[in-house]
Amino acid sequence: MTILATERIDERLLLPESIRGDFPILDQEVGTGRPLAFLDNAASTQRPRQVIDAIAGVYEQDYANVHRGIHTLSERSTELYEQARERVRRFIGAADSREVIFTQGTTASINLVAQSWGRTNLKAGDEILTTVMEHHSNLVPWQQVCEQTGAVMRHVPITEDGRLDMVAFDELLSERTKLVAVVSVSNTLGTINPVDEMIAKAHDAGALVLVDAAQSVPHMPTNVAGLDADFVAFSGHKMLGPSGVGVLYGKEALLEEMPPFLGGGSMINVVELDSFTPAELPAKFEAGTPPIAPAIGMTAAIEYLERIGLERVHNHEQQLVARAYDLLSQVDGLTILGPAPEHRAGLVSFTFERIHAHEFAQVLNDQFGVAVRAGHHCTQPLHRLLGMSSSTRASFYLYNTPAEVVRLLEGIVKVQEMFAPKGRTRRRRRSE
Amino acid sequence: MPSEEELYQEHILDHYEDPFHRGSLDGCTHAHEDKNPLCGDVVRIELKLGPDGKVEDLYFDGEGCVISQASASMLLEKMQGKTVDEVKEFSAEQMLELYGPRLTPNRQKCCLLSWKVMQSAVHSPVDGAEGEQ
Repeated sequence: MTILATERIDERLLLPESIRGDFPILDQEVGTGRPLAFLDNAASTQRPRQVIDAIAGVYEQDYANVHRGIHTLSERSTELYEQARERVRRFIGAADSREVIFTQGTTASINLVAQSWGRTNLKAGDEILTTVMEHHSNLVPWQQVCEQTGAVMRHVPITEDGRLDMVAFDELLSERTKLVAVVSVSNTLGTINPVDEMIAKAHDAGALVLVDAAQSVPHMPTNVAGLDADFVAFSGHKMLGPSGVGVLYGKEALLEEMPPFLGGGSMINVVELDSFTPAELPAKFEAGTPPIAPAIGMTAAIEYLERIGLERVHNHEQQLVARAYDLLSQVDGLTILGPAPEHRAGLVSFTFERIHAHEFAQVLNDQFGVAVRAGHHCTQPLHRLLGMSSSTRASFYLYNTPAEVVRLLEGIVKVQEMFAPKGRTRRRRRSE
Repeated sequence: MPSEEELYQEHILDHYEDPFHRGSLDGCTHAHEDKNPLCGDVVRIELKLGPDGKVEDLYFDGEGCVISQASASMLLEKMQGKTVDEVKEFSAEQMLELYGPRLTPNRQKCCLLSWKVMQSAVHSPVDGAEGEQ
């Protein structure tokens, strides 16, 4: 096949390739000695030297448990940990750092809201409105709380091209809707959802909104106060930070009213043998020893991203995804999931007639050094709706290059050749 | 790290493109279906066990990657005519050996899906079938 050149790329909007020098892990060969092209960033990203140094620095100089000791190290760790909270607050445009709860990640953040706010406020007949493109982490916690409270879930469908059906959203939103739980960017379709419009409409209908922002906070500017979101959840490891730390943003008035989720140390004011009074925000929701070093490492990731600018990160990814979309749409038999580049963030999932996603992931890795995701990407209901059980996903970040996108295409073409039906026959056994 | 040439040896692609007994088996006495929750690959195996405890006939169907589907074809070919005890004794290691190329742990799960289904199928009589054990 001949792949036509793509014009839809503006070199001036690309970030300099020198950025790659900050990421030691990218400088290696994989498979059969090919330089690594890491295109699995929607699952987890890599860390720059600045973040690795920050984590090492905490453990080498400052680490002790926080909010407990009188000693020097505990005071230093506490200060760094609380500075991290303040850094996150500014990064997402929250009004007060008490609205920033450190959790283990997006999943833990959503479970916190489901079990604390959900169990307290939902009753039989109430509705939680999600969408068919949600990650399992924004479905299962609500299924569990529905089981516990008798509330029911409703799901906004998608259009043919993989965008939310906003006409259906308007119809599904009613006085029974108590919460809208929606993903800002689909990890499978790449669709950027109109979260601002959904929040305004939900509030008019008297519902709260939780935004699963795991795929948007790392890639584009976020302002939770401007959005007027009630809850926002995201993870450190998807934005150049360590794994094991995430954030729940919640409006102060809501968090104040909510009971603690996990019980234990730190989240208490006074404990008697048979009762307790909870601590103030944010400690109320941070039972046990929190992710101290990961939160501090996340500060370094935020500083790194802010130095480059989220707008520029977004523009860079838009160039890569536009090129990927153009190149992949020229491959016969390949189907891209989700909308046109102008409605999508920096990822492309695809299926291929008769060739399974595993084959793409295996050969792309072994022969082309390209790391992609193969499977259902934790969106089984969406895949089922689209009539497939798996897909292959390439997801970009600030260190990826147009050349890597071309390598992805070369790998796809090679897989297509390798697994095309060739009229092969199995050697028959005599008994047949 | 195996190269894909080794991983996808010709005899494996032969089984993938021209599988042994893909389809369904009329009058099956035992059947089981399972999936790999990580990737959604599905394999269903239908068996006809004779009164002498032998696998008289067997068919598989499913959806998934080359490894999961070719390994199912290879396993069925190997198990035809064997006794139920021989099927039960056929170990996961023997299955990986039958497949051939060395697989990473995640791909071993693809290869062992049909083996797991087979092990369950011999214990799963079909309702109303004759010759149940």
